[in-house]
Amino acid sequence: MAKKTLLLIGTKKGAFLAEDDGARSAWRLRGPFCEAWPINHVVGDREISTIWCAGGNEWFGAAVWKSDDLGRTWSHSSEGITYGEGETPIKSAWSLGRKNGVLYAGVEPAGLFRSDDGGASWRHIAGLREHPSRERWQPGGGGLILHSMVLDEEDDRRLWVGISTAGVFHSADGGASWEPRNSGTRCDYLPEEMRYPEFGQCVHCLVAAPGVAGRLYQQNHCGMYRSDDGGLNWHSIENGLPSSFGFPVVVHPRDPDTVYLLPLNGDVLGRYVPEGKCAVWRSRDRGASWQALRRGLPQDNAFIGVLRQAMATDALEPAGVYFGTTSGSLFASADEGESWAVIAEHLPTITSVETLAVDG
Amino acid sequence: MADESAPAPEVVVILPEALTRLFADSATRITVRASAVGDIIAELERRWPGMGDRLCDSTPQIRRHINVFAGGRRLGLDGVLEQGAVVTIMTGVIG
Repeated sequence: MAKKTLLLIGTKKGAFLAEDDGARSAWRLRGPFCEAWPINHVVGDREISTIWCAGGNEWFGAAVWKSDDLGRTWSHSSEGITYGEGETPIKSAWSLGRKNGVLYAGVEPAGLFRSDDGGASWRHIAGLREHPSRERWQPGGGGLILHSMVLDEEDDRRLWVGISTAGVFHSADGGASWEPRNSGTRCDYLPEEMRYPEFGQCVHCLVAAPGVAGRLYQQNHCGMYRSDDGGLNWHSIENGLPSSFGFPVVVHPRDPDTVYLLPLNGDVLGRYVPEGKCAVWRSRDRGASWQALRRGLPQDNAFIGVLRQAMATDALEPAGVYFGTTSGSLFASADEGESWAVIAEHLPTITSVETLAVDG
Repeated sequence: MADESAPAPEVVVILPEALTRLFADSATRITVRASAVGDIIAELERRWPGMGDRLCDSTPQIRRHINVFAGGRRLGLDGVLEQGAVVTIMTGVIG
């Protein structure tokens, strides 16, 4: 059966789905779903044709939405998404990860939950918030959020999370215990002698490269980094980029040396693409050099911002690359970033983009 | 002294559509027996599992932007109800 690509789109006013024609040349948009709740992340599982959306509503709190029929019908649950009576209420679900039948959710204030029943109920992975540094975690501009998670390809017990503004943490025992993994990432917002703390870094997005154990990339508030040892040591790879500031980073689905990001002009300068000219930046050599990809992207008065979860690749050949903007435009490339087209406009602020291959 | 064997007051509860849309087969107007607002929340949770979490946080208290009114007053979970009370649950103004 022919395969189609489904884009899973989170926005400030609901989730949307965009389905292609099988050739990634025409797209049909559906939504908004989830009662127009703010949705921070949308993921899917092709094997069971299920989509989950992480979100939170100012009136009704945090929940994870679920559709078992690719968006036709929806339910939601927050059963178990709590730190317990008397503890700080959870405001929103921020990020989702899926592996071997387990669904993980990162939330605000920062913490990690898991569901073993497809999102019907949740269990707190308490070890992370029991880390002694937790009392000193500080919220970033988007709140104290657990926005990134990396689930090891080989070992279910190994996972990494990114917390703003606490940094990267790693567990090798399924979440029972954690340690900071921030060595080499700096905090430009601290005095010079304090710029490399054990934790407290403002990681913006954390991803793993396929097929190379321990290869991680992160876009940080203060630089772009690569690790080749599971985050024990981070190396700056921002040389050649127009800015050290940005939010998303994604890796090619098969080539661990090819990485994409979208630098913005700086944290206090408006947070849009430099000079109002939109470009995705790609490295083919794990960050040693960078190339601006602009064909088809707006180059005049484009004051575009892209949020941390709003960029994705698909698994096709050649790989597709996608990103959504804070101003509600969705861009797609079907040729690894060489050329781009806008495939949706006038959406609410796009918070996340993921891809899912579905039967056509 | 209250007669503890007496049935709890019968009250009418009006729910916002923004809430009932989240739960299949729920209704915007129901009648329940409840001595306090907390009893209403418990009954809503019994009828439509998960609804209690939409209305209350883990403190536990009524969520910040949810309002519960009866008899011209805004009530918390321990708000006492009388026979025939009309309890209106509303989403608050934000933004």
